[in-house]
Amino acid sequence: MRKFALVVAAFALTAAVAVAGEITVGFAQLGAESMWRTANTDSIKGEAAKRGINLIFSDAQQKQENQIRSVRSFIAQGVDVIGLPPVVNSGWEPVLREAQEAGIPVILADRTVDTSDDSLYISFIGSNFIQEGENAGNWLVRELKGRYGDVSGEVFELVGTVGAAPAIDRKKGFEAIIANYPDLKIVKSQSGDFTRAKGKEVMEAYIKSPEWTAAKRKIIYGHNDDMVLGAIQALEEAGVNPGTECILIGVDGIADAFEAIAQGKMHCTVECNPLIGPQFYDMVEAIVAGKDIPKIVYSIEGTYDYYCAEALLPWRRSLY
Amino acid sequence: MRILAIAVFWAILLALLYVLRRNRSVVFWPLLALSCLLLFNLFSTPQFYQLDWRDNHLYGVPIDIINHASKVGILALGMTLVIAVGGIDLSVGAVMAIAGAMMAYMTVQMNQPPWVCVAAALIAGVIAGMWNGFLVAIMGIPPMVATLILMVAGRGVAQLITDGQIIIFNNPTLTFIGNGFIVIPFPFILMLIMFALTWLLTKGTAVGFLIESVGDNEVAARRAGVNSRLVKFLVYVFCGFCAAIAGLVQTSNIRSADANNIGLNLELDAIMSVVIGGTAMTGGRFYLASSIIGALLIQALTTTMYAKDVSPVVAPVPKALVILAVCLLQSERVKRYLATRREAV
Repeated sequence: MRKFALVVAAFALTAAVAVAGEITVGFAQLGAESMWRTANTDSIKGEAAKRGINLIFSDAQQKQENQIRSVRSFIAQGVDVIGLPPVVNSGWEPVLREAQEAGIPVILADRTVDTSDDSLYISFIGSNFIQEGENAGNWLVRELKGRYGDVSGEVFELVGTVGAAPAIDRKKGFEAIIANYPDLKIVKSQSGDFTRAKGKEVMEAYIKSPEWTAAKRKIIYGHNDDMVLGAIQALEEAGVNPGTECILIGVDGIADAFEAIAQGKMHCTVECNPLIGPQFYDMVEAIVAGKDIPKIVYSIEGTYDYYCAEALLPWRRSLY
Repeated sequence: MRILAIAVFWAILLALLYVLRRNRSVVFWPLLALSCLLLFNLFSTPQFYQLDWRDNHLYGVPIDIINHASKVGILALGMTLVIAVGGIDLSVGAVMAIAGAMMAYMTVQMNQPPWVCVAAALIAGVIAGMWNGFLVAIMGIPPMVATLILMVAGRGVAQLITDGQIIIFNNPTLTFIGNGFIVIPFPFILMLIMFALTWLLTKGTAVGFLIESVGDNEVAARRAGVNSRLVKFLVYVFCGFCAAIAGLVQTSNIRSADANNIGLNLELDAIMSVVIGGTAMTGGRFYLASSIIGALLIQALTTTMYAKDVSPVVAPVPKALVILAVCLLQSERVKRYLATRREAV
């Protein structure tokens, strides 16, 4: 009897939603492990409110079983679209198949899953780390042309954690661009593990190397902003003015990097955009309208340098 | 002038090695490994011996090495004692994060004077050590499991303190701990002080003897009237205290509390230093100075990898080979084999 009442209630709810013409989206957020993730959540929630989309949001606290449970409950509630940033990339086939059988499309956000059957999800939205590396390279080339009229220099690279996808791809993208300029070379490349402490330690070693003394144009390219912020400290402590004697480029676009650029200690940060809300709901609306959906959509990512960082700092602080 | 200084340095080093070998000291093997590494760099990496005077302090690659080895050295002091009682402490990295987060929180959010911030961080470390000591000594949980709990949970505690943010601070006293110089880097001075205190405490009094007896044979020690539970408990508290100091050093060094990354994997470096130093994982005899040499060796290896620009993908391999060689040289079986070979010749 109670079950029957529940079913009736569920139908009534579905009918009400249908009458209102509202789109219902279930988003199984993986957690709140970093500032990047918090900004990501705010974007997903804020954009839904702006567009009048009915968002059912859950936080899995970095646990796959919680995420699977959320997805199952979204299926039971009959949402129109499910958004899923998978916490790990394996073990998703059964629950994705359940969604498929229920006719609910799943959009993967910022991470992918290992599956032989890519019909299990409708699309992937996220960052293109290779593109981020290329953005850094392109900015550098433009900057060198603007400053000196020719493209040459010595790059001291701060690599991310060995084996991590962003570290591999940001290196690949950057190298692809500078390969076109024989006088622009990476002379040192060591891992700073994506942390401030290691970035600083590696930079201290770079400063004392013969390559550093020989370098005419000192360029520091870090695979994330934190390592570059550590490197700035190492430079200042060694009596090097980071703003005037070097060119420093980071990736991520965290607020602290904007501040360093505004203070003239850093020159450019390439964005790794957590604010995928608008693109995510554009896709949701396209799905509901029955349009064709591309299998991969990369998030829109900007490059911010000293022309704009100071003006944009308050905005960036509000995001992170 | 520089060549003279290098010659004097090597003369002292060789004399030291000779004395240690004659006394059959355990410190000989890690120091030999360190010397070999320095010898290799003497010929291949000129900047390794570059010492300058800049901004009223010494400056150069050797200074970087002793500076960065200090935090692992301080950790290794506590870890040596824990391993001497037959235990292990996997939580020191997480305790570093807690202490660093506590210091940053007290100065930025609470506007407390520096001594309060440092005291709060040290108390946090001591409490963490008491927790480990309670689980191991009082509740009898195997140390590997007991300290694993705090290793996992500790970073969460640190995140709670910092509210998931990276807290940046600029207080000159607090940044001095990790960046200051009194001719040589302040972290290194801190390590020397900690070493002297630990050495006096353990070798100058009966404490060291009690620790060794508990590690050697706990039942026998207890029968002889040693309060083995108290000894174990206090050793974990001391290890937590050391971890807190190391946490202060690293947090201060980057002027920000990065709860996710401070001290990450450093528990492994600390254990490695102790093992290289020749203290057996089964407990018993322990060698504090040797553990410090172990920490210096690890950092010298890391810095060599940076200087020679060994690709970060393969850098762990040569590091592992050197450490393996040191461990093999210390193994009783290898020693016996080498000895019989020598007699045969």
